[in-house]
Amino acid sequence: MRAKAKLYPKEAARLLREKPGVREAVTGATLHFERNRLKAYAEVPIEEWRERAKAVKDHVLTHLDHYLELAERRLRENGVQVHWAETPEDAHRVLREVVHRRGVKRAVKAKSMLTEELGVNPLLESLGVEVYETDLGEYLIQLLGEPPSHIVGPAIHLSLGEIQKLFHARFGTPLDASPEALAQVARRVLREAFLSAELGLSGANFLVAETGTLALMENEGNIRLSTSLPKVHVAFVGIEKLLPRFADLALFLPLTARAATGQRLATFVSLIQGPAREGEEGPEEVHVVLVDHGRTALLHDLEAWETLRCLRCGACLNACPVYRQTGGHPYGYVYSGPIGAVLDPGLLGLEEAYPLPYASTLCGACYEACPVKIPIPRLLLTWRHRAAEEGLTPSWEHGAMRAFRKVMESPALYRLFSKGLRGLPLPQDLLPLLRAWTEGRGPLRPSPKPFHELWKEVADGR
Amino acid sequence: MRVALFITCLADQFYAEAGVAAVRLLRALGVEVDFPEGQTCCGQPAFNAGYWDEARPLAKRTLEVFEEAEYVVLPSGSCASMVKNHYPELLPGNREALAMAEKTYELSQFLVRVLGVEKLGEGLKGRKVAYHHGCHALRELGVREEPLLLLQNAGAEVLPWEAWEECCGFGGLFSVKLPEVSLAMADRKLATLPEAEVLTSTDAGCLLHLSGRMGKKGLGLRVAPLATLLWEAYAG
Ligand code: SF4
Repeated sequence: MRAKAKLYPKEAARLLREKPGVREAVTGATLHFERNRLKAYAEVPIEEWRERAKAVKDHVLTHLDHYLELAERRLRENGVQVHWAETPEDAHRVLREVVHRRGVKRAVKAKSMLTEELGVNPLLESLGVEVYETDLGEYLIQLLGEPPSHIVGPAIHLSLGEIQKLFHARFGTPLDASPEALAQVARRVLREAFLSAELGLSGANFLVAETGTLALMENEGNIRLSTSLPKVHVAFVGIEKLLPRFADLALFLPLTARAATGQRLATFVSLIQGPAREGEEGPEEVHVVLVDHGRTALLHDLEAWETLRCLRCGACLNACPVYRQTGGHPYGYVYSGPIGAVLDPGLLGLEEAYPLPYASTLCGACYEACPVKIPIPRLLLTWRHRAAEEGLTPSWEHGAMRAFRKVMESPALYRLFSKGLRGLPLPQDLLPLLRAWTEGRGPLRPSPKPFHELWKEVADGR
Repeated sequence: MRVALFITCLADQFYAEAGVAAVRLLRALGVEVDFPEGQTCCGQPAFNAGYWDEARPLAKRTLEVFEEAEYVVLPSGSCASMVKNHYPELLPGNREALAMAEKTYELSQFLVRVLGVEKLGEGLKGRKVAYHHGCHALRELGVREEPLLLLQNAGAEVLPWEAWEECCGFGGLFSVKLPEVSLAMADRKLATLPEAEVLTSTDAGCLLHLSGRMGKKGLGLRVAPLATLLWEAYAG
C-alpha cells in the first residue's frame, strides 16, 4: 500500500467535516472493545502477564538471528518451503512463481496486515488472479475498494446502514436486511470461493521457532478454510513475529485475545505444522515468507526498536481518543492509531510519515492498554524530537518555539509578554497558533492580573 | 515546612486566582510559601513538540530557580510530570534534575501524600462537582484518588462521569496543530458531562480548552482549577 501519511492533518479534518458518521461508528465500536478489554484484563494478574510478555519479546528480538535460523530449520524439517523477503518485491517474486507454476486463477485470503503492507492484492490482480478476502470485515472493505480502518476490525468505520446499502447494490439484498442475513450472503459467496481456490493466503500471529509452528487467531473460521482447503498455502510472516518456545503460546494467545477483543481466547486458533502428510487432508504445499521490509533497520534503532514487540492487537487504537474521532484512514498507512504513529516512521522513514507522531495528545491511554508495554508516548516524543531536529516541522512552528524560548528564558521579557497579553499586540509568529485556537474556543481571556503581580499583594498581606 | 510554589505559565496568565488559593491554603495548613522570583515556564510545550533544544535551557533555568527549595509544589499535573518524569530524560546525567524530580509534587498529591491531610474543611457541602482527570496527572503522576478524596471529604458530590478519565483533546500544541480533532475530542468529553455546578481539574490547559469550548457551545458551567476549589473547601 502506498503511504499517504503526509496528508494526515488535512485528511483528519476533512473526514470530521464530511463524514461525521465515521466518528460515531468508530467511537461506538472502540468503546465497546475497550470496555471488554478492561473486563478481561481485570480477570487476570495482567501486570505480571504484560511484564512476562514484554520480557519474552525482548529476548526474541535481541536474539533474532538465532531464532530466525532455528525457525527456518524447523519449518523445513516440517516440509514447509521457507523464503526470505527483504522487500515487497522479494515477496511478490515468491507469489508470482507459485501463481505461474500452479496455474492459480483464484485465491482466498485471510485477514493480514502484512499482506496489506506488501500490496499482495494488487499484485495478484495484475497477474489475473481473483482474490477473495474471507474475513467479513475485510471482505466489506474489499468490495468498497478501501484500505482497512483498524488493525483488528478493518470495517470498524462502517455503519450497518452503509453495509446494507453496499450489499443491496452488489447482491440485491433488501435495504433492511439483518446482519445475520448479510453474513449469510457473504458466506455463500465465500464458500464458493473457498471450494474453487487453488491458493490460500494468510499472515501469522506468531511463529514458534522451537517447533516451526504457525499460530493464527480468528473468530470466523475463515483462516482455517483458507489454509486447509486450497492445495497451496502461502503465509507471510514479519520477522518480529517470532516466539522462542511452543510453551510461550500459552501466554501470548490469551493475552492477545484479551487485549484485542476482551476474549479469553480467540474462537479459533490454528496451529499449522506444515503440509498434509500421506493420507491426510490439507494443502500439498506450504510456503512461509519471512518478511523484513524495514524491520531489521528498526531493530537497530536504539531509541525505537521496542516498537517491534507489537502484537497487532489493536488495543492501543481502541484506547486512543484521537483515533476514535476519525478511525484509521486519515493516518494514510496500513498501521494507524498510536502504534501506527510510531511504527510507520520506523518502517517508512520519518520524512514519509512526518505528521503522524503529532497525532496524539500524549495522554498515555495507549501505553496503559498495550499488552507488551510498548512505551508509545515516549516513542512519540522521540520521533517528534527527530522531526524537529531534521527540520521537518513547519518553519512558523520552529519560529514560534524559538520566540517562546526567548521570552521564557528571561523573566523581564516574560513580564513584558504578560503585559502584552493584556493589551499590546502579540508577536507575529504566534498569530497562526492563536487563530487556530480561538476559532473553536473563543478569545483567550487572561486573568485581570497575572499571579506574579498578585503574589506581591498576597505576600504583603500575610 | 517550606514550599516553593511553581505557578507555571498558564496558571500565572489564565488562572492567577488558583495561585492565590494555593498560597492561602498552604499557609492555612501551616506551610511557609515562597514564590521564587525568576520562574517562567517549565519548557513542556517545546519539549512535547520535539524542540528539545528550546526546552533544555528552560529546564535548566527552572532547576536553578528552585535549587534551594525544600519542596516544589505545582497547581498543575502536566508541568509536575514534566519536572518529575521528563527533566531527567531531557537532561540525562544531570543530578539537579533528579533532585528536583524527588521534591516536586502536584498540589493535591502534596497535601495528601506529604502533609497527610485528607480533609480540608466542609466548604463544598452539597456542591455538585465534575472532575476531569488530566492525563499526565492521572497516568504519569498517578494522581487518581487524592483530588477526589479532598473534594469528597469537603462535602462535594463528585458526580459519576463516564468519560472522566478520557483525554479532553488539549495536548498543548496538538490543540492548534490539529484543531478539528482536538475540538471533536472536547465535544465527545462534554457530551457525557453530568449536570454539575462546577467543572474542575488539576490542569489549567485542559480547563482553558474545555471552558472555551463550552462557551462556544453555550454551556454555562463554572470552571475552576482544583486549587481554587480546595481553598473553598477549607475556607467555605
Ligand atoms: S502497540 Fe501494543 S496495544 Fe498497540 S497493537 Fe501493538 S501490541 Fe497492541
